[in-house]
Amino acid sequence: MRLLTGGLFSGTLGWLVLLFLAAPILLVTVVSFSSAAYLTFPPPALGLRWYRAFLGSDSWLAASWLSLWVATVVVVISTSLGTLAALALARLPKAARGVVTGLILSPMIVPSIVIAIGVYYAFARYGLVGSPIGLILAHACLAMPFVVTSVTASLSGLDPRLEQAALSLGATPWGSFWQVTLPLIRPGVIVGALFAFITSFDELLVALFLSGTGAVTLPRRMWDDLRFAIDPTIAAVSTLTILLTAVLMGCAHRLRRKG
Amino acid sequence: MDGVATVLAGAGAAVTLRGLEKNYGGHGAVRGVSIDIRSGEFLTLLGPSGSGKTTTLMMIAGFEQPSAGELLIDGQSMLGVPPHRRNLGMVFQSYALFPHLTVAENIGFPLKQRGVPKAERMRQVEEALRLVQLPGLGGRNPRQLSGGQQQRVALARAIVFRPRLLLMDEPLGALDKQLRETLQLEMRRLHAELGITFVYVTHDQEEALTMSDRIAVMENGQVAQIGTPEDLYDRPANRFVASFIGESNFFPAVMRGIEQGRVVAEFGATRLQALAGSLPAAGAEIMLTTRPERLRFVDGAPPAPGENRLSVTVREAIFAGERCRYLLEAAGGTRLVLKEASGAAIRRRAAGETAEIGWAAEDTILV
Repeated sequence: MRLLTGGLFSGTLGWLVLLFLAAPILLVTVVSFSSAAYLTFPPPALGLRWYRAFLGSDSWLAASWLSLWVATVVVVISTSLGTLAALALARLPKAARGVVTGLILSPMIVPSIVIAIGVYYAFARYGLVGSPIGLILAHACLAMPFVVTSVTASLSGLDPRLEQAALSLGATPWGSFWQVTLPLIRPGVIVGALFAFITSFDELLVALFLSGTGAVTLPRRMWDDLRFAIDPTIAAVSTLTILLTAVLMGCAHRLRRKG
Repeated sequence: MDGVATVLAGAGAAVTLRGLEKNYGGHGAVRGVSIDIRSGEFLTLLGPSGSGKTTTLMMIAGFEQPSAGELLIDGQSMLGVPPHRRNLGMVFQSYALFPHLTVAENIGFPLKQRGVPKAERMRQVEEALRLVQLPGLGGRNPRQLSGGQQQRVALARAIVFRPRLLLMDEPLGALDKQLRETLQLEMRRLHAELGITFVYVTHDQEEALTMSDRIAVMENGQVAQIGTPEDLYDRPANRFVASFIGESNFFPAVMRGIEQGRVVAEFGATRLQALAGSLPAAGAEIMLTTRPERLRFVDGAPPAPGENRLSVTVREAIFAGERCRYLLEAAGGTRLVLKEASGAAIRRRAAGETAEIGWAAEDTILV
């Protein structure tokens, strides 16, 4: 009997926790399909009105495109640098590896607001505030730790003899990287790239400081919208963002299990 | 096209190690190794783990840089030459097959690095597969093959580009006994067919004895002895080699002198004769050794000239199929092992019996 009530109790608790976690997402999704002219729950009727509003708004679309291409460039930079860094880390002697790993992962550990303020002051001097280049540099720095951790995990499962075998068979160090190492750590590299994309695409704090008026990303645009005029467009944008992120995370999860 | 072997055959490389050393933070893993490996030779580096055999092999391959000494392949210094320019084949214990490539792509890998066109590559891959007796398996994934087959693929990959030197790091270590024996024979055959130099690392003395032209026994980063399997077995240079290769009996004795070209020494109250190698001063404490299968029960038969005799007590008799193993005790508590062929006409001894054993002075070595 005790076991049953215990099971019932923890089961219920579990579902409540899940509901608590999912509620905001469910709420936003439902509201995005509302036909009302203002944010209200439950919606009086359903419709695609706010998705049309989003697609018809130049400022929303511009912000979306900027976020997409900034994130794409961030992926290219942070994935290539992060992969190279992970390869270098694996070759360092143990003592040095700990120190250098700590430095590379520091953007993950230091509070974002500290980084945002620091980057703002540093970039302001070079006119990088309000420019996509500033955003790209800052986001690449935030995203690289994800690539490094993911690629390092892949490398740790790789037999070092494989690279030695490639070299002994006449492959140059570059040849052995392209033909042997990279194909074998590819899942880790792709997972790192997906996380880098999401890191940049979702990022608000640094964008608040660096966007200025010239480089308004999607999260920044949503922030501004919330402050000045609340209409259900933001719910539609949120739903689309959640969808994109969920798809990317799903891909990352599948690759991780395969790798 | 006349046969696979002639196509792949080529003269083996001569390798010279001269005073080779490798230090890791003050610890000498290899301490002054000098070996002349002849062209076409099957040389085995044999030793327990930590003896420096793998480190020595890795220096030949170029994955480790010597701290001191010289390494020559065909008279050319290899110091500073990166592994991919040394043009040697290498086989690892873990096979090290590329898991994302098929068997054929694995074997074709070294050819691709050398710019061999695809059609020619495929032809040579198929030949190499036939040479290791896996014809037609090129399309498989390495993971679909058994351990023995994977190691054959690794072998094929290491010889397909006709290197003049093949390095092997405990290649049979991960396989079971029966498969190991089959592959040992096959590697001997490949060695004979290809005529290239093999440098083979193992800790398995039986494997070393059956396969090698010469064996370098390594201990603590140094070569304890180098010679043919017969040399090492019949004339071990020191106690380490005598006990590491095969089984040995040891007699702590006192040097008395030389008679008719033989060492004469006293083991307790018993006079023993041995082959004269080095000549310690009379009165020196020495160690004599002989192999268990060279001892036999003599039971009062008159001693042949130059035969050693000793009274012992049987402590244990262990039947092991083709032969019987006796644990004996001599006066003074020295333990000995005697191996005798089993047979209907041979009387089995019981524990507690006393007996007399004899063996030839020629089978007794001063170590």
